[in-house]
Amino acid sequence: MNQESVVNESEVTSPEIILSVRHLCKFYGINRLAARKMLQEGSGKSEILQETGVTVAIDDVSFDVEKGKIFTLIGPSGSGKSTVVRCINMLQCPTSGKILFEGSDVTKMNRHELHDLRRSKISMVFQGFGLMSHRDVLGNVTYGLEVRGVDKIERERKAMEMIELVGLNGWERKSTGDLSGGMKQRVGIARALCNDPDLLLMDEPFSALDPLSRRDMQFELLSIQKKLEKTIVFITHDINEAFKIGDTVGIMRDGRIEQLGTPENLALSPANDYIKEFLYGMDRTKILSVKHIMITPSCLIHDHADPHTAIREMNENNVSTAYVIGRAMEFIGVVTLNGALQARHDKLPSVLSVIMRGVPTVEQDVMIGDIISVASDTPFPLAVVDDRGRLSGIVSRAAILSNLS
Amino acid sequence: MNTWILKFPERFVIHPGSAIDDAIRQFSRDNRGTLNAIKSVTIWMLNGIENLLTVIPWWVFILLVVYAGYKASQKWKTGLLYGVMLFLVGSFGLWKMMIETLSIIMVSVTLALALGFPLGVLVAANRRLEAIMRPVMDFMQTIPSFVYLIPGAMLFSVGKTPAVMATLIYAVVPMVRMTSHGIRHVDKEVVEAGIAFGSTRLQLLFNVQVPQALPTIMAGVNQTIMMAMGMVVTCALIGANGLGMEILVATNRTEMGRALMPGVSIVFIAIILDRLTQGSLRKNKGEDR
Repeated sequence: MNQESVVNESEVTSPEIILSVRHLCKFYGINRLAARKMLQEGSGKSEILQETGVTVAIDDVSFDVEKGKIFTLIGPSGSGKSTVVRCINMLQCPTSGKILFEGSDVTKMNRHELHDLRRSKISMVFQGFGLMSHRDVLGNVTYGLEVRGVDKIERERKAMEMIELVGLNGWERKSTGDLSGGMKQRVGIARALCNDPDLLLMDEPFSALDPLSRRDMQFELLSIQKKLEKTIVFITHDINEAFKIGDTVGIMRDGRIEQLGTPENLALSPANDYIKEFLYGMDRTKILSVKHIMITPSCLIHDHADPHTAIREMNENNVSTAYVIGRAMEFIGVVTLNGALQARHDKLPSVLSVIMRGVPTVEQDVMIGDIISVASDTPFPLAVVDDRGRLSGIVSRAAILSNLS
Repeated sequence: MNTWILKFPERFVIHPGSAIDDAIRQFSRDNRGTLNAIKSVTIWMLNGIENLLTVIPWWVFILLVVYAGYKASQKWKTGLLYGVMLFLVGSFGLWKMMIETLSIIMVSVTLALALGFPLGVLVAANRRLEAIMRPVMDFMQTIPSFVYLIPGAMLFSVGKTPAVMATLIYAVVPMVRMTSHGIRHVDKEVVEAGIAFGSTRLQLLFNVQVPQALPTIMAGVNQTIMMAMGMVVTCALIGANGLGMEILVATNRTEMGRALMPGVSIVFIAIILDRLTQGSLRKNKGEDR
């Protein structure tokens, strides 16, 4: 297993960082210098507001986004996540810090460079959709190309492609007011993709949708992302959404990033109590996969082992099930203590005839949530096998249930 | 001896009025050329519109109003009602005066829109300008409309030009207000979307802000027309011919019957103009939905 992951890493030559945000700060108010000083002296946000009248929206935020990956920022409202994403395309101007996009600092761009950046490199999807109600669906999707000066036939051809991609064909001449929330956001996504951007900013795009269409849209987004391999910065306040969608997740509080990591990392080793509390509401069974909770089986026997050995092994390890493997570690089945005792009683030369074959197995990348029913129907720990059928571990029912918080 | 306690003392009384009069006269003398140019342009527009309205046969005019009424309300009955109203104005013997009044209204409303819209856009874009314009506009709207007549008459002498100018000043305010209000209150995310997709300022204004604010702006147009209607009678005082003049003459002679017909005619025209512009407003909103 370890060997494999090493091979995988060397195949992916050092990941390309498309966006890197460094020491980003955003203050609202006049007396920013005093506020900065108070921050450096370690004062709290509310204290600074009272003393200087300055609101600290973002305080020293840094992160990197890899090309083709989804980076999610999550935090309660007022934690500054929307401000961060608005700084990336300069809808809001940061007070200090750098935003390096494809090597150039966005904060230092002049107006023309910014127009170019927004027209062809970075586009955005909004929580309230931000659709123009005086234009129909097609008119909305073509907007970015229109301001770029692409001619009508070309931009409508491209827009139709995107409308098809998000599954809205047939609706292109409809008014945006005729659409449901989920469809409106599909228009928003089509509009954003139409510019063929290198980076997609999504500010709580699914928060205004009902749970059912939210799930649809999450799925849709992931499949679109897989197809087009876009880099996405995704803002949400829903921890399950963040962990479902994000390759990397940053958890924000009071304008700071409290912890940054992969969903598994965060779930397994939260940095502090705030993160723990934040994760409490989340469904761990949808983040943790089998490989996170499986253990090495203590009782392994070969298929030609004699019943005495099998019984001794089980007694020594204090278990009532032995896992039977072939010569190449391939998983064959299990032998229960009763089966082994029966074989000894019948004076059989090996356990071969009492092996229970065809017991359910799971693969290590399956989410815990998906194996609950299998695990509860099986009287012994589930065998975990890799893609060549080799036994790599076992998952006990207790391990699954303890993660069902 | 102690009368100053009870009566406002004579020595505190100042007379700025005469100074203002002198200043206006001086201004009028100094800028004769410009004022004459404004006057001739206004007269040219008035004559143009009046000629156009006169050239159209009365029955074509009525049919056009019936059709417009139908388009605005989607009901033939309403259109026919407007037609009957217009026919009544004609049968009161007031057709020609109505045309005169309408041409004054149309010219002043056109000028008010041409001035009010860009001003409204500027006010929406500039907080400082708004801070200046707000009290100015309050002042313009609150001051009795009669007061506009005098500088108008002093600068342009009597006739239709000062009437147009006075009406313009009075009616431009709602256009400025509603335009800036509409643009300010366009959904924030829609504006952000416009910017995020790389619009320049002008592209944002004409592709996003103005179309999104259109219902509010149209309400401004409607109010401007109504304000202009309200000035019609007042403007007769400085010699603007039309329905207002008829009412003024009748008032001077205390002839109730003679004043009533043009009065009712003004109400009819006001109703028709109001409903037609509001109808186009609803149509705009309908497209949103």
